[in-house]
Amino acid sequence: MKSLILRTTTRPIIVVLLLISVFLLLRGHDLPGGGFIGGLVAAAAAALYAIAFGADAAARLLRVRPELLVGWGMATAVVAGLLGMVAGREFLTGLWWVIAVGDQEIKLSTPLLFDVGVYLVVVGVVLRFVLSLEER
Amino acid sequence: MNALLVAPVVWPLATAALLVLLQGRLSIQRTLSTASAAAQLALAVILLARVATEGILVVQFGGWDAPFGISFVADHLAAVMVLVNGIMGTAVAVYALRDLDADRERLGYHPMFHVLLAGVNGAFLTGDLFNLYVWFELLLIASFVLLTLGNRREQLEGGIKYVAANLVASMLLLTGIGLLYGATGTLNMADLALKLPLVPAGLATTLAMLFLVAFGIKAAIFPLFFWLPASYHTPPVAISALFGGMLTKVGVYALLRGFTLLFVADVALTHGLLAWIAGITMVVGVLGAASQTEFRKILSFHIVSQIGYMVMGLAFFTPLGIGGAVFYMVHNIFAKANLFLIAGIARWYGGSFELKKLGGLYRHRPLLAVLFVIAAFSLAGFPPLSGFWAKLVVIRAGFEVQAWPLVAVALFVGLLTLYSMTKIWLAAFWSPLPEGVTLRAGPAPALLYAPVVALALLTLAMGFASAPFFALAERIGAELTDPTGYVLAVLGEAAAAAFVAQGVAP
Repeated sequence: MKSLILRTTTRPIIVVLLLISVFLLLRGHDLPGGGFIGGLVAAAAAALYAIAFGADAAARLLRVRPELLVGWGMATAVVAGLLGMVAGREFLTGLWWVIAVGDQEIKLSTPLLFDVGVYLVVVGVVLRFVLSLEER
Repeated sequence: MNALLVAPVVWPLATAALLVLLQGRLSIQRTLSTASAAAQLALAVILLARVATEGILVVQFGGWDAPFGISFVADHLAAVMVLVNGIMGTAVAVYALRDLDADRERLGYHPMFHVLLAGVNGAFLTGDLFNLYVWFELLLIASFVLLTLGNRREQLEGGIKYVAANLVASMLLLTGIGLLYGATGTLNMADLALKLPLVPAGLATTLAMLFLVAFGIKAAIFPLFFWLPASYHTPPVAISALFGGMLTKVGVYALLRGFTLLFVADVALTHGLLAWIAGITMVVGVLGAASQTEFRKILSFHIVSQIGYMVMGLAFFTPLGIGGAVFYMVHNIFAKANLFLIAGIARWYGGSFELKKLGGLYRHRPLLAVLFVIAAFSLAGFPPLSGFWAKLVVIRAGFEVQAWPLVAVALFVGLLTLYSMTKIWLAAFWSPLPEGVTLRAGPAPALLYAPVVALALLTLAMGFASAPFFALAERIGAELTDPTGYVLAVLGEAAAAAFVAQGVAP
């Protein structure tokens, strides 16, 4: 779609969308959000870019094929589940590492890793759909 | 032990992830896919051996105890079904090496195949209803892709019916799960077995009916089976063999689980209805098959017909009946999938699935004819093949509860099954080649024959050395009709004592 208005507004909107998607991903453990919805928002950003600039431009921006995101996402989620078993607990048991940065605490965990996997799978799958449809 | 219970889903999912990353490298994908399926079969053998010696195994995901977390439960039924899925997965993976075209492989056949296996195993092992729904969705999404891979016109037409029917089933299942959670506050199946008897009778029956329809669509029982004969003959042979063998049986498994563990408050109503459904499903399926002249369409209608026998065993609700239903299910998966695979080899030689364009296979390809006879006559219930024992047990269970009309229907349908199998035999194998048709020269690839021979040997083993299989089926029948052991394994002794005190368990 060759619309100057769409193209101009797309650039700042994409930045905001991607930031929101990461925000949703990170807050998802205790509050509404998580990998699935975060992934959808990120995919919406890329879809918007594809609509404004074409599927080829979006694929170039993405740098990796969407299928690879799906594969890495699935692998990440499986590994996150297995880490609990490596630690001698049940499958999918959450493990937490709290890192102090200044006076802030950063909580890293296997549930977060699992959500990152979900995020990647959702982005990959939705983008595969969008790019295939946009190429027609 | 924990790893063993989780492996049947984690292993194929990890394989699928790896296969996605290897997309485009066909030879590596093929090797990995086949090796992984074989390894999964080995894991399933170990799992069943463990269950046989140690009893019901349970894992609570994430260390959250039942009923709050998600439980994975391997009783004998679940372990046997995981093993059967491992056998089918390996057989089909080998067959697909020669059956599938490179285009479909490039479009993602290999990863989707393993996602399907993971979904099926998950559905068998889960002890949580919502989790069951999730595994159902996983296997359905994989099956949508596999069914329509290649985008041929009849594939898409069949695919739409398949998707529509199964989405309705999913919606009903989700509705039922929501209502059930509202009524009991739990979705753990063992916990539900404890709490469902406290639900008012009317509501409990309504819930049972919702689940009957939802599982019934997936199992393809009358009158909800129309999607099956419309779609199962359209994908490549390897895929339709896996679908015809395994997928509807996941629905039957869900019926078996649901109507032994959960919905047993009003057996006269629910299982009485199941008996009617079983009889009509048998008759309608077999009549549908009699009117078809295409190899795989005949087989598809027979899937429906034989689901009836399995539901019949469940409807009797005795240890013998349920054990018989499970024996029937396992026998049927091997025999039916094998017939699909044989249809593929017949097409390899004759170039068609249409019976009138086939012929002369007995004279020119006697090995294939022998393999067909084993699978087809087992399906029709000829002694001493596995299908005969399967029917015998289910019908004997019918004698015990004096369900004469249903027994008569089952015997009659057996004759009609024989008619259909004879029709294929006469047209494709016995009669001379039609004018202008020549058989493709040379033996078909050994990789096509190997899984067929293996499945035929299994069918023979179930027929001639049926004692160990029966022992297992009896144990499953006893386990399902008295779920105290299941509740004990998942929830602990206090809950099991409460379960017995409620007087639900016999």
